[in-house]
Amino acid sequence: MPDLLIELRSEEIPARMQARAREDLKKLMTDGLVEAGLTYESAAAFSTPRRLALVVEGLTAQSAAVREEKKGPATTAPDAALQGFLRSTGLTKEQLEVRDDKKGQAYFAVLTRPGRPAAEIVAEVLAHVIRTFPWPKSMRWGSGSLRWVRPLQGIICLLTDEAGAAVVPLEVEGIVSGDRTAGHRFLSPGAFAVTGLEDYAAKLKRAHVVLNQAERSAHIEADATNAAFAAGLELVPDQGLLAEVAGLVEWPVVLMGRIAPEFLDLPPEVLQTSMKEHQKFFSLRNPKSGRIEGFVTVANVETADQGATILKGNQKVLAARLSDAKFFWDRDLREAKAGMQSWVEGLKSVTFESRLGSQADRINRIATLAREIAPLVGADPVQAERAAQLAKLDLQSGMVGEFPELQGTMGRYYALAAGETPEVADAARDHWRPKGEGDSVPTEPVSVAVALADKIDTLTGFWAIDEKPTGSKDPFALRRAALGVIRLVLGNGVRAGLSRILSNSGGRLYNFLAARTVDDVADFNSVDSVDAIGRRPTVDQVGVVSDLLSFFHDRLKVYLRDQGIRHDVIDAVIAMPGNDDLSLLVKRAEALAAFLKTDDGTNLLQGLKRATNILAQAEAKDGVEYSFGADLKFAETGEERALFAALDGAEAKIAPAMAAEDFGAAMAAMAALRAPIDAFFTAVQVNADNPVVRRNRLNLLSRIRTIGQSVADMTKIEG
Amino acid sequence: MSETRPRSFQEVILRLQSYWASKGCAILQPYDMEVGAGTFHPATTLRSLGTKPWAAAYVQPSRRPTDGRYGENPNRLQHYYQYQVLIKPSPPDLQELYLGSLKAIGLDPALHDIRFVEDDWESPTLGAWGLGWEVWCDGMEVSQFTYFQQVGGHDCKPVPGELTYGLERLAMYVLGVDHVMEMPFNDPGAPIHLTYGDIFRQTEQEYSRWNFDQADTAMLLQHFADAEAECARILAADDLDAAGRRIVMAHPAYDQCIKASHLFNLLDARGVISVTERQAYIGRVRALAKACADAFRRTEAGADA
Repeated sequence: MPDLLIELRSEEIPARMQARAREDLKKLMTDGLVEAGLTYESAAAFSTPRRLALVVEGLTAQSAAVREEKKGPATTAPDAALQGFLRSTGLTKEQLEVRDDKKGQAYFAVLTRPGRPAAEIVAEVLAHVIRTFPWPKSMRWGSGSLRWVRPLQGIICLLTDEAGAAVVPLEVEGIVSGDRTAGHRFLSPGAFAVTGLEDYAAKLKRAHVVLNQAERSAHIEADATNAAFAAGLELVPDQGLLAEVAGLVEWPVVLMGRIAPEFLDLPPEVLQTSMKEHQKFFSLRNPKSGRIEGFVTVANVETADQGATILKGNQKVLAARLSDAKFFWDRDLREAKAGMQSWVEGLKSVTFESRLGSQADRINRIATLAREIAPLVGADPVQAERAAQLAKLDLQSGMVGEFPELQGTMGRYYALAAGETPEVADAARDHWRPKGEGDSVPTEPVSVAVALADKIDTLTGFWAIDEKPTGSKDPFALRRAALGVIRLVLGNGVRAGLSRILSNSGGRLYNFLAARTVDDVADFNSVDSVDAIGRRPTVDQVGVVSDLLSFFHDRLKVYLRDQGIRHDVIDAVIAMPGNDDLSLLVKRAEALAAFLKTDDGTNLLQGLKRATNILAQAEAKDGVEYSFGADLKFAETGEERALFAALDGAEAKIAPAMAAEDFGAAMAAMAALRAPIDAFFTAVQVNADNPVVRRNRLNLLSRIRTIGQSVADMTKIEG
Repeated sequence: MSETRPRSFQEVILRLQSYWASKGCAILQPYDMEVGAGTFHPATTLRSLGTKPWAAAYVQPSRRPTDGRYGENPNRLQHYYQYQVLIKPSPPDLQELYLGSLKAIGLDPALHDIRFVEDDWESPTLGAWGLGWEVWCDGMEVSQFTYFQQVGGHDCKPVPGELTYGLERLAMYVLGVDHVMEMPFNDPGAPIHLTYGDIFRQTEQEYSRWNFDQADTAMLLQHFADAEAECARILAADDLDAAGRRIVMAHPAYDQCIKASHLFNLLDARGVISVTERQAYIGRVRALAKACADAFRRTEAGADA
């Protein structure tokens, strides 16, 4: 069983592309080999900045022979048909077999394709993989037309078995496969030959290349942790940075340095972000003070001066970067302490969206909305309004201009410097959240109010100018905004009807758009023209609120489906009144879902459906609605009377339970109906000959229908 | 000589010049117009197109009006120098050649940490893009290294390799200087020693004031429109002149494109271009660059062999 070694050596591969490239190389090669009839025991891919490598162990030496049968014409068919068959199979008449077939005898061709040696297959598959490799971005170089992530310099393709290693010959655009590679660019220049995986990895290591990215990562992490420990500091973990740095070096050398004292007062987030984004440094924290006081940089070389020159150079670049950061921080703090008026002014000329106005316009709307929402989430309206006015001012700060990812973080610092309360300052940081699926939801009431107002203003705004998401297009991330609202509401158990909030927010947006010049809102004005006496339709009249609410419901379905609640259950509760209170909706859906999982639930559902179907048929036939007037005195059987009694009992329990939002109790009361309903249908013929009895029974069924509908629209439930 | 450290800014330049001359490049002189980067020199933009081989290196004075800091910032200048190398087709050992140039100016890879870090280059005004790296030396970006894929909307076939060195920053590092104005321009032992500041501090102040406060924006807007119109007019002219000679005027038209680009930069520094207008102006310059590239492809130097 031979082993296969492939190395694709190139100029420096971007670190962020290496993980995906390893996976792609492994999958494309092994898929190709298997498709061509080979099997293998295991495969593993490796990368360094200058090479992508694949090892396939236990490959079959050749593909199995393939036997194929083809049915030809009947022996009685005209000669032309036989000649055609011979041509298509490449056989002579003597090589064909004659066999019995359903309608007599027919010619059969038995073709055997011999197995092919692995080397032949490997060469074909690899050449194809190289030519079609799915790099996210690729390029041409020199005079060639091959595309690779950066110029491809060499190909190793070796099959190794007991007899030794043999180069699999192939050529791609003038690059010929061989058994030679190169070591570290500076520490071990020059080429050398290899004979297989072990030899390859060992010789690379002697040539200052650690092939395995996981080994490089582990080495960096261990050395950085040790260096930090020796200096009384601790490494701030950052797996993303670790993977990136491991993709930037072939021979990692960890160097540790200290941050100059004049920069230690910068916020830790600023130090960390600046060092990471600009220089790919790890941060080291002083466990006693919690401050970031040192850094680790990872060089790609060992030098005679133990990295002193490298460290000095890096220190110098760091000092220049942190001087910039300090300049921004000092200037921003001065502005914050002076009240941030210039930032307020500045946001007036920053366009949020051409029709929706400036950031300042948007902040005004959010502030009003936050004030309205505050009582619903237990926040102080004045604080919420203030927080909303301040929350986005840091967009104008020098620091956020330099590091956009620090928006919010800086806003909190600046609000505190301006003497705002901690609640207001925290809202500057937290109103952006949840930023994505993995991000947690803010819980501090002021932050919740501003976060909700921010997202709802975005949604009503883009709805008002008819920029809704379509299909896969959602350029303003409106689905994420709606999910954010849902998570904020559910996560904090907020009890409020969304319709009124949406209507208020939308109404103000609508007035804002109407007040702007015709040019700005041409689409808007052409769609919704004024009426005869100059009135515009209200936001409710143009359907923005109901449309947006159903968008929320769609998002909620997706969200709850991920939590294991069926879509028909959600539909059944959405059809109920009060469906703009998302917390209530979910509570109802959870109770219903739990009920439907019980035996009582599924059986009762059948009973309900049966009652509803019989009623619907009768109503269609008779042209009347049976909804009132079932009378016990017309009941003829014990089962019928028992059902009357059971319905009386259930109604008495369900109504108050629903009013108290005790959906569990309501469902339990429903469950008690299962036996009487089943007994009724078993014993009683609804469509009795006596019209009075029949009408009474139909009216009785309508009570079942009404009870079912009082907890959810049971007709939406499937099964 | 290459193992010793240079002693002045000009020695860094001279060593690069002689290094790239020794590697076979034609050492050109700067283009005699105001440009934002060495890439604008027609020896790079236009010569990237067509199949004719090319190898040139040159210093290009570059102007970025918005970067002016009145000569006070240690690293920022509105007028600075780039060193530019363009070789078409890109040779297979371009990285090695580049590393040789660092050695030539005293940056020994055995002592420094030299890295090729992903950086894709794009010039929206030139309708050009390429893939490559920024080259780091001990954590500092010292060069851009780009394989051009497209210029002026045309695919580059063959592909040129472009190297751009930010000369002041590189020299400051090599010479161990912290403020650009303190950098020795000529040899510190020269009878009349001049620092970078002796030569450029005053001009940085003068241009910073003019760029930010004084440049007549109405005039600049007019000049922009004029350059745009002249470029179009030149390119619309008949290929045949009065004497019946076929002469496509790609370079004179491209000069107007360069002018428009610099005028846009000046207007930008004066703060009279809004965010939305910005894109429109960039699009207008790009349209000129594309038209010039189209024209150059119809000339002898830019045609496919």
